[in-house]
Amino acid sequence: MYQRTIEAAVGVFMILGFGALMFLAIEVSGLSMSNDSDTYKIYAQFDDLGGLNVRGKVSLAGVPVGKVSAISLDEEAYSALVEMEIDKSVDKLSLDSVASIQTAGLLGEKYVSLSVGGEEEYLKEGDTIFDTQSALNLEKIIGAFASGQVEL
Amino acid sequence: MFLVEFLIKNGRAGIDFSSTIGRSGIFLCRSILGLSLGPKGLKLLAKQIYMVGVLSLVIIVVSGLFIGMVLALQGYNILIDYGSEQAIGQMVALTLVRELGPVVTGLLFAGRAGSALTAEIGLMKATEQLSSMEMMGVDPLKRIIAPRLWAGFISMPILAVIFSTVGIFGGLLVGVDWLGVYEGAFWANMQSSVNFQEDVLNGLIKSLVFGLVCTWIAVFQGYDSVPTSEGISIATTKTVVYSSLAVLGLDFLLTAVMFSSI
Repeated sequence: MYQRTIEAAVGVFMILGFGALMFLAIEVSGLSMSNDSDTYKIYAQFDDLGGLNVRGKVSLAGVPVGKVSAISLDEEAYSALVEMEIDKSVDKLSLDSVASIQTAGLLGEKYVSLSVGGEEEYLKEGDTIFDTQSALNLEKIIGAFASGQVEL
Repeated sequence: MFLVEFLIKNGRAGIDFSSTIGRSGIFLCRSILGLSLGPKGLKLLAKQIYMVGVLSLVIIVVSGLFIGMVLALQGYNILIDYGSEQAIGQMVALTLVRELGPVVTGLLFAGRAGSALTAEIGLMKATEQLSSMEMMGVDPLKRIIAPRLWAGFISMPILAVIFSTVGIFGGLLVGVDWLGVYEGAFWANMQSSVNFQEDVLNGLIKSLVFGLVCTWIAVFQGYDSVPTSEGISIATTKTVVYSSLAVLGLDFLLTAVMFSSI
């Protein structure tokens, strides 16, 4: 009888541990169970990433629609190639969409903001966005003011 | 003359030290491999997990709750100056999952379970239970040490994960319910900054290492103690001191290896 109680207590203990791990995985780190199959990949080339990271947000009109999945250097064009995973549900991004790197708040993290153009055809898996705007570089702007290249 | 005496004295200490390390290493290997997985062995293991893990649950839950609460309170006072008190969830979760969860659990585990293990095994040795087992042809390493060692390995990560979870709820309690941080921002900030592989899994690996080291030290100190009442008290003290130092030292090393690239 005593042994049974001990075994039950140990069982509850292990279940608690497993539950806590699940909590840390799903609620705290936001690990989602959905796999990559319900996203599609598009690419964009930027001159300057300005601190954009893998796992950064991709948003359309402020709504998150995907994330940055890989960043590499395009050695021929000397520019940064950003691979983005976009949700399958967002499938009407026109071919002439513009991708720009923006900052959340004044000092927040960098994210990619998409704005849709007017073309009838839509971006598919593997397509590249050509119209891009690099990150706003505060140091360059301040430098331009300081050296008098820009009139106030 | 003086130099020779000095050499003799320190040489002996050095040989003693390395032979202790060697003995404890052999002891660890033999006990880890000595776990029997039959129904009898599993019963012994369950009993030890109960003693080491389940009975430590109360102290872990209570300290986790208070540490989470105090983190939220301190963090709020600092973050409010920058108007970014929403980041409190992120701060509490990252601190707990990466550092405080494994480390404080390790320290509490050394004090709560490690000292008990040392005292129990030391007393078994002093009352010659271990030698009488050997006389009956039962290997004490398999019957006594192995289940305790494995119970420590298994319990420690579970305790650390429970500690972090309870701590986050403590932070939620103070941050959201008491100080009035918006709950949506609390969770959203937390989820966007905590990474499962980098933070949660690395914390789990840390707690596994601490569990191994703490139980190893505790069990070996008991097994290697001088079989007198004074010897047992010295061994128990050594367990707590060595385990705490090992946890803090290893924590620095592991952090440097795991999180240095971030």
